Formats: sequence, C-alpha cells, structure tokens
Amino acid sequence: MKRIPYGRFEVFRLNTTAAVHREWRRFTPTQRLARFALYFGTVFACVISLRTVQIIPEFLYDAPEQVADLLRRMWPIEWAFYPKGVHEALIETLHIATLGTILAILMALPLGLLAASNITPSAWLNYFAKLMLVSSRSVNSLVWALLFVAMFGPGALAGTMAIAFRSIGFVGKLFGEALEEARPGPVEALKAAGAPRTSIFIKGYWPQVEPAFWAIALFRWDISVRESAVLGLVGAGGIGVALDDAINFFQWERVATVMLAILAVVIAAEILVTRIRARLI
Amino acid sequence: MSGKPQPAAPVPPSDGAPALEIRGLRKEYRRGVPVLRGINLTIAARGITAVIGPSGTGKSTLIRCINRLVEPSAGQIFFHGLDLARLRGRALRQARRRIGMVFQEYNLVERLTVMENVLSGRLGYVSPFKAWLRKYPQEDIDTAFELLDTVGLTQFANQRADALSGGQRQRVGIARAVMQQPELLLADEPTSSLDPKTSVEIMELMVSIAESRRIPVILNIHNVPLARRFATHIIGMADGTVVYDGPPEGLTEDYLKQIYGGENWLE
Repeated sequence: MKRIPYGRFEVFRLNTTAAVHREWRRFTPTQRLARFALYFGTVFACVISLRTVQIIPEFLYDAPEQVADLLRRMWPIEWAFYPKGVHEALIETLHIATLGTILAILMALPLGLLAASNITPSAWLNYFAKLMLVSSRSVNSLVWALLFVAMFGPGALAGTMAIAFRSIGFVGKLFGEALEEARPGPVEALKAAGAPRTSIFIKGYWPQVEPAFWAIALFRWDISVRESAVLGLVGAGGIGVALDDAINFFQWERVATVMLAILAVVIAAEILVTRIRARLI
Repeated sequence: MSGKPQPAAPVPPSDGAPALEIRGLRKEYRRGVPVLRGINLTIAARGITAVIGPSGTGKSTLIRCINRLVEPSAGQIFFHGLDLARLRGRALRQARRRIGMVFQEYNLVERLTVMENVLSGRLGYVSPFKAWLRKYPQEDIDTAFELLDTVGLTQFANQRADALSGGQRQRVGIARAVMQQPELLLADEPTSSLDPKTSVEIMELMVSIAESRRIPVILNIHNVPLARRFATHIIGMADGTVVYDGPPEGLTEDYLKQIYGGENWLE
C-alpha cells in the first residue's frame, strides 16, 4: 500500500499492480440452499397440482364453443329490463355497500387503536384485537351473508351486516398499521408538553394518519360495492338477486344487462375514489 | 387539565436557588450496560448550559431523563422541590408542562399549520375536547401570535409546517416550547440538522428568549465553538460521566482531549 499525503489526512490506496482477489457472495451457502429449495418446491407443487386437478379434456376443448354460445344468448342485451328490474336493486346494492362500510369503520376504529402497539402498550390487547381482525377477514363475505341471512332472514339487512363484518378486519388492520407507522417524534413533543393521551392522539397521531384513514375507507367502500353485487346470490339483497333470478331462468339477455350495470357502477366508483384520494394528501 | 394559563412571564426563584439538582442519575437501557453512570449536576436558575461530548455518551439520555421521555434507572432530579424521577401519571404531566423541549428533528406535526403547532404547546392546559374543536383560549392565541412575531414567522401562521425550511421549522419548535410558559427549556441537539449560519441564528434566538423570559436553558450540542460562544456554563461528558462542569473559559484543550479522546482533531 502507498501512503499519499492529502491535506491533513493520509490516503491509503491499494497497490493495483499486485491485485488480490477477494471473494464476494451475496448469500451464505445455507441461504443459497434454502433459496434453491424454495424454487424447487414451487415447481414441484405446480407439477403435483397439474396431476391432481383432473381437468376433463373434453370440457376444456369445447369451452370456446360454450363461451360463444353464451355470448350469443346474451345478445341482444335487454335494455328494457334495466328500469324494471335492475335500477332499484342497483341502488340497494350501493346502500348496502355504503352503510356496511360506515358500520365497519365505526367498529374497526377501536380495534385498530387496540391493535397498534404504540397506542396500546399491552401485548395481550394487541393480540386480542388482531385476533378479532383476523377472524373478520378469514370469513368470506358470502359466508358472512349466509350467516346473517340465517339470523335476520333474506334481504338488505343481512347484506349490510355481511359487508360490515367482512370489512372490519380490512379497515382495522390497515388503520392499525398506519398508526404504527406514524412518526414518533411529534408524538414525543406533545408528550413532553404534558398533553394528556387523548390530546396526543387528536393532535399527534390523527393528523399523521388522516390521509391513510380516508384512503382505507374509500378503498374499502370500492371493494364493498363489488362484493355487495354478488351477495344477492345467497339472498342477502341487492343486484345479485336480479342476477341470480335471471341466471336461474336462463334469461341471458337480462344477465347481460345486470352485468353491464355492475361494471358501470364499479368503474364509476373507481373514478370517484381516485379523484377524492388525489385531493386528500 | 383544568389548569389556568400561567402569567405571561413566570418569575423563577430569585434567591438563586438552582433550576435543577441531579443526584446519582443512572440509566441502563440494557441490564449491565449503563449509559449514564451516576450523574451529579446543579443547573443554575439562569443562563445557558451546554452539554458537550462524543456521540453515544448519554447527552440525549441525560436531557430526556429530565422530562422523563426516558425513564431513569436510578437517581433523583429535583426541580423546584419536586423529584421528577419519581413522578407518575397526572403529576408527571403537570411537571412536564413546566418544562419546554426543542428537538433536533423539530418534531412538528407536519400536516398541521404553523399556528396549530405553536398552540400545541398548550395541550397540557387545554382540554382534549377543546383542542379537537380548535377552541384555544384567546390569551393563548394572543401569546402564539406574539411568539410568531418574535421568531419572524407570523406570515406563515396558516401554512402547513411541511412547507417550511429547516431553520423555520426549528423556530416553530422553539415557539411551541416557549408557548408552554416553561420554567426550564431543554434542547436536544437543536442545531445539528441545520447549516452553520442557521445554527447561529437559532442559538441567538434561544439565548434572547432565555434572557427576556429569564428561563434557564439546557442543551446538547456537538459544535464546541458554538457551545463556547453562546453557553454560560459547559458540561463535558465522556462515557456516561461528567468530566467537566464549569464556565466556557475553563474548558481547556486538556479537557477536550479527555472528553473526546485523541488530539489530532484539535489542530
């Protein structure tokens, strides 16, 4: 090595003529083995799956024909059915989605607070809240709908409750995580000013998580609109009832009307949510 | 939370009683690894005390033990007859509102306006409900505007804090701390995130506020020349202990070597 004076320091430079090769590996042998095992396992699982799903080739071969046949039956689309049987159901679907989401937010807020370890410094309460949130998410909204139809009978109430209970887990989990990601500095400053816990939440945490909160709420509403469209299949009200009836009576022109109505609403919801979210931050 | 706003300029004890008495202060974050090894200090009722020392020597921990953002492991911290190290719950909160704090990273709530950040200094006195409705007492609003005048940010009152530069944010941080009408001002590396010119301006602002309001200030600082220039008292720390405790004039090179180790950097 050569010593080269440079100001007050001395710079050490490797003598390049006698270059030594130094070994560099991103992963340790164990890590590489684990990565290989993962890749191998993935391929293996795919092979096993292909052998067990038992695709019946005959059904697969005439699938294009069937699709073409279905589309032909859907044509011409029965637009006249919209005012008669779709419009009201569509509005009911939007009501189910909106009310269900609002109920979910109301129930998810306290659970989110309990799940955030920086707000609730008790591991037991964190686990309890997370368990509740996971239970809510682990049940599909159609299954929630079946449960509530059994409880309240068929109709929009069952659908609203199904949307609400499925959404609690989603909203609560994301809200809790947003709280945990809040910068601790400003919170510390308010603590140092002698602020009580409620004020620390209102003035320290809430302003930080507010954009996330509204984004979560809107996103969940967007999902709820899509989910509530199918709840009618199990009798929980909304546009799904119209869809189910049309399918059962093989009225494919009507099925097309209903599906286009759902598509239109989902696109409208998407545009609305994107616009509002852009203004929130 | 029912405390009334305090008079505009709290009068510190005039008999020269110390602002702070620290006795045998120890802190271990991990068992057996002390960061503070029995600190004994007396902070005078007036003036600027600068704590200097290498990174990781416990300067921040010392400052944070005073208002209990960090829990001391042992020792006593007497503040106007109260042992801060022993306070809990409401008593701790009430003691904290008497101690203002300025942070290295300003710690403003960025999505709130400058005015709301300054008024946050009153959260120890205003009820959460009123704070939520932004119904701060008129005298608090008057004080906040006066402070914004002092730090020269009145025209930014309704701007969001994230629209400000570093130096401006630190001025808001100082205004928020002073808004508490504190009897002691702590500052944890208040200039470390700022450029040299802004650092001097922030130090000048702290000195002028400390003098006009007659509040003692304790601050951590990395910059020794800045400490010598503005502090009336210097505490040198090394390895969790106090190795120098005296006026800036007495801080000789020998002490600096003892504090920071080595000597090449002094040349």
